[in-house]
Amino acid sequence: MCMKNSDDIPLLKVESISKYYGRRIGCLGIEFELWPGEALGIVGESGSGKTTLLNCISGQLEPSEGAVWYSSNGGVIDMCNAPEPQRRLVMRTEMGTVYQNPRDGLRMHVSAGGNIGERLMANGLRHYGQVRRRALNWLEKVEIDQERIDDTPDTFSGGMQQRLQIARNLVTRPRLIFMDEPTSGLDVSVQARLLDLLRGLVTELDLSMVIVTHDLAVTRLLAHRLIVMRGGKAVESGLTDQVLDDPQHPYTQLLVSSILQP
Amino acid sequence: MKKQLKRQSNTGKDRPRIMAGYNFAYLDEQTKRMIRRTILKAVAIPGYQVPFGSREMPLPYGWGTGGIQVTASLIGPEDTLKVIDQGADDTTNAVSIRRFFSRTAGVHTTTRTREATIIQTRHRIPETHLRNGQIIVYQVPIPEPLRFIEPRAKEVLRMHALKEYGIMFVKLYEDISRYGRIAKAFDYPVLVNDRYVMSPSPIPKFDNPKMDCMPALQIFGAGREKRIYSVPPYTKVKSLDFEDYPFEVERWSRCCALCGSDNSYLDEIIMDDRGSKLFVCSDTDHCNERVAGGYKGNQAESIEEAQISTGTGARKCA
Repeated sequence: MCMKNSDDIPLLKVESISKYYGRRIGCLGIEFELWPGEALGIVGESGSGKTTLLNCISGQLEPSEGAVWYSSNGGVIDMCNAPEPQRRLVMRTEMGTVYQNPRDGLRMHVSAGGNIGERLMANGLRHYGQVRRRALNWLEKVEIDQERIDDTPDTFSGGMQQRLQIARNLVTRPRLIFMDEPTSGLDVSVQARLLDLLRGLVTELDLSMVIVTHDLAVTRLLAHRLIVMRGGKAVESGLTDQVLDDPQHPYTQLLVSSILQP
Repeated sequence: MKKQLKRQSNTGKDRPRIMAGYNFAYLDEQTKRMIRRTILKAVAIPGYQVPFGSREMPLPYGWGTGGIQVTASLIGPEDTLKVIDQGADDTTNAVSIRRFFSRTAGVHTTTRTREATIIQTRHRIPETHLRNGQIIVYQVPIPEPLRFIEPRAKEVLRMHALKEYGIMFVKLYEDISRYGRIAKAFDYPVLVNDRYVMSPSPIPKFDNPKMDCMPALQIFGAGREKRIYSVPPYTKVKSLDFEDYPFEVERWSRCCALCGSDNSYLDEIIMDDRGSKLFVCSDTDHCNERVAGGYKGNQAESIEEAQISTGTGARKCA
């Protein structure tokens, strides 16, 4: 069972995940595998179950049916049935989640340095100087002025908050990162800069990523593979370029054709 | 000073009569059983906050409703009770609670730390070392150390259960980044028995080292928050800190003006409209004992004179 980052098993294996809200369907029978270093995009209109799916596979929501297998550094674990301490340990060391609204992912009354350091201290680092140093280092990496380390995130712009959220998640060098509409609250120029930064970090750290978005341009830039969702079901999946250039399902065709051409 | 001590120990010897119409120590026996069960559980799991059915007491919340319920459940006719408020035996809160128990339980009361079997305290631990067999009962306003950093009660319970205390260090980190040192001076969080992070109630951090391996039993009662927790005798209590910013207690450049003590917790008292200051022991019993033993501070005489002439004076020497 104990395999270390091996290339012959997927990092994440999702087996027909379903989530019902009473009689209403959140998502239905979704299956996919995510391999180390891969970025998977989940696209679809609002209400199509993207976020429900993401919450189920990132351990924040218990799915009604199905299983999620994650091959952690300590062996493969079942994210739905693993004991809570183990699951939370994996979630705060090997995984990260970047939310659409930075207020969900940051502590707004704690300084930027404290926000970045939280995960380090949660994982047992008890040396102020080291926490500080690594926080400064990460601020530089996400292109935030190091002088802002003692400012609280509510004095930051939207783009800076989003970058701080990314730094806070990546400081423990996770292997898998979940992103829920990371760019949709930002204006276009800031979006481009953030995407550029993300693309650099993903290659540098050899991150795997599941990115939920309704913006096809984002997936074109970041995702290797794509799942198109509608009404809780996956209607089409495949390589990003393949899906976007030659959409098969009528809904995907509609989605692709609705991109504004300059 | 001496006169007062004498008077109080006299009231103890007289064994005041229990007021008619009240059960022994005010609470009914069922309630005491419930609180004793809670205390047993608290002692069994050091540092863990055990919920209990807190009763309305004849004093407002914040005045020691938790501590008074714990004391009422523990006290027996043979016990001797001492009550302190910020170290002093003669403040309103301490006097009222002492009188409450002498009327409802008819127990001896004392101001001497050594003579007491139960010490109820608000915000201090006596300077005199407590011995095995004594019980110290703390009045606690907010028992949850994580509350101000994680407001969701459900999440806080989970963090305690899973021993996820990283967030506590975020608070300390914030202090150092803002003030250059850990600025928290009271209610300084501690780790009990290497397991639970606990709020030691608003005692100054000066008192934190006294909790470590204390021979006496420590019980904390929070009436409004309905929690009781405990540190059993000889239990490890560690104040949280960073490797490069270790825990430190306050120090004063002066000695107590009355007894000359250089290792006790000092209160700063403004003496007059010109703003002249006086530093005296916060623990009145400790101070009185030292004075009785012949120790003298640099201003002992002048203060006594002032009191005799005006009839008032520093709150220490009523």
